[in-house]
Amino acid sequence: MELINKSLKELSELIARKEIKPSEITEEILKRIEETEEKLNAYITVNEKAEEEAKKKDEELTKLSEDEIPVLFGIPMSIKDNINVVGQKMTCASKMLKDFIAPYDATVIKKLREKGAIFIGKNNLDEFAMGSSTETSYFGVTHNPWDLERVPGGSSGGSAAAVAARSAIASLGSDTGGSIRQPCSLCGVVGIKPTYGRVSRYGLTAFASSLDQIGPITKNVEDNAFLLSLISGLDAKDATSAKLPVPDYTKTLDNNIKGLKAGLPKEYFIEGIEPEVKEKIMETVKHLESLGVEIEEISLPHTSYAVETYYIIAPAEASSNLGRFDGVRYTYRAENYTDLVDMYCKTRAEGFGNEVKRRIMIGTYTLSAGYYDAYYLKAQKVRTLIYQDFQKAFEKVDFIVTPVSPTTAFKIGEKTDDPIKMYLSDIFTIALNLAGLPGLSMPCGFDSKGLPVGIQLIGKAFDEETLYAVGYKLEKALNLNNLPQL
Amino acid sequence: MRLTKEEVKHIALLSRLSLKEEEIEMFQEQLSDILTFVEKLNELDTEGIDPKFQIIPPENVLREDVPGVSFPYEKTFMNAPETDGKHFIVPKVVKK
Repeated sequence: MELINKSLKELSELIARKEIKPSEITEEILKRIEETEEKLNAYITVNEKAEEEAKKKDEELTKLSEDEIPVLFGIPMSIKDNINVVGQKMTCASKMLKDFIAPYDATVIKKLREKGAIFIGKNNLDEFAMGSSTETSYFGVTHNPWDLERVPGGSSGGSAAAVAARSAIASLGSDTGGSIRQPCSLCGVVGIKPTYGRVSRYGLTAFASSLDQIGPITKNVEDNAFLLSLISGLDAKDATSAKLPVPDYTKTLDNNIKGLKAGLPKEYFIEGIEPEVKEKIMETVKHLESLGVEIEEISLPHTSYAVETYYIIAPAEASSNLGRFDGVRYTYRAENYTDLVDMYCKTRAEGFGNEVKRRIMIGTYTLSAGYYDAYYLKAQKVRTLIYQDFQKAFEKVDFIVTPVSPTTAFKIGEKTDDPIKMYLSDIFTIALNLAGLPGLSMPCGFDSKGLPVGIQLIGKAFDEETLYAVGYKLEKALNLNNLPQL
Repeated sequence: MRLTKEEVKHIALLSRLSLKEEEIEMFQEQLSDILTFVEKLNELDTEGIDPKFQIIPPENVLREDVPGVSFPYEKTFMNAPETDGKHFIVPKVVKK
């Protein structure tokens, strides 16, 4: 039985009816990882105890009655390697943490564990989640399952590639400027950046704390809605998590979408976007219309300032958050040094890769005396303008439709020498993180090279329901075969 | 915005990063490019605009003042590069 091609929801139901055993899925996934990893490099570590855990769950299953079986019982999930899973390595794809063992579970992991999930392994990412291609990983680049010469996007590239290649049933990623949505688009899978505060960040290695959110990466919209309901909610360990009830997003998938208004921002169809991407998005917009959604052109006038704003705010926060990696507490320390400051400087010079160093230095500079007002404060003011653009747009429309990425998957090495060119990969995703809004990324077709194209649905704060309801209907209408041949 | 080599060295020291000569040159180029790139924000008049540091309105988060269990020593120190099990060990800071 090919269990790896089934959705998370289907597998959960099969286990609930005791038609399959946890060890059957786990064995299939481990076999799939073995088959594909040489080509993909989507994992940094695979959980050696997974098989043992699954067998234990087989036994437990025999003792449980149908209504006692937790919803993720025995489902193997993979996790981006910047989220703590107790007892497993958590490297952030950095030499700095290459031997770090997580001493506790992140809140999202605790929640999934309570529901019975098995953590099958940790996915590759850009070092400390800084990048748009998974090329800055200390553990080597991840390859796109649709074309092995191309990047899977980043920074959750390992998670997106694994779900696309069926070497994970589902995964968790993190999104600071597009790091869930852009790789999902490039790999043809579904991902959401939830509203800021929807999901606890406790146990996620902080990159830019006012922008980071954890979100699920799945084969389809229903699985995504299912997982987001499970990981959301207030957490005493994250003071920025929202004190709001958590809806069951799977219950509202069938909500009526007829008569909803979608905004099409003219600033998102700029020069530089690949004609085929634009074409596919416009075709999808037609599909939305045929589903009864009204389309209205809107304007988000400060869109073209979002990348610049992000590249001041994110590095500023990163320079502060990464200050803790100094050779004292977290595994790596340089071997030869003369004194304490020299130990800090050498440890950090040896432990961090170039992209991380670049961002730490930019952040240090823009926060330093004399430059704070000109850069950091200025950027936070522009952030207000970007936020207000969305507020105004949402007075007129229920959600917003844009491309996820200006291009389909690009070739490995194509943008590595030009940081700014790489930064522009996130041009359509960054504004949402600055405004804190939710964004759903889902496949909407393929270009002439057979590479997936993704569409982004942007919602009002805490209105993930609308995005899932629209995405669910759209997915059915498009009926894509998003299974790469590997 | 062009940075001088001296400025790059100064930023590197503030960032606690020791750089090799060729790295200083590379970062001089790249950091200057990025700072020039973000100068675009100066096109906007932001006079009178309040900065938005965070999206969720700030709120005091308080818990009941009840004793709990601290993170255990063995977990606190399990990843430390040098430890005696109760302290992180660093190079001597106080000079004679």
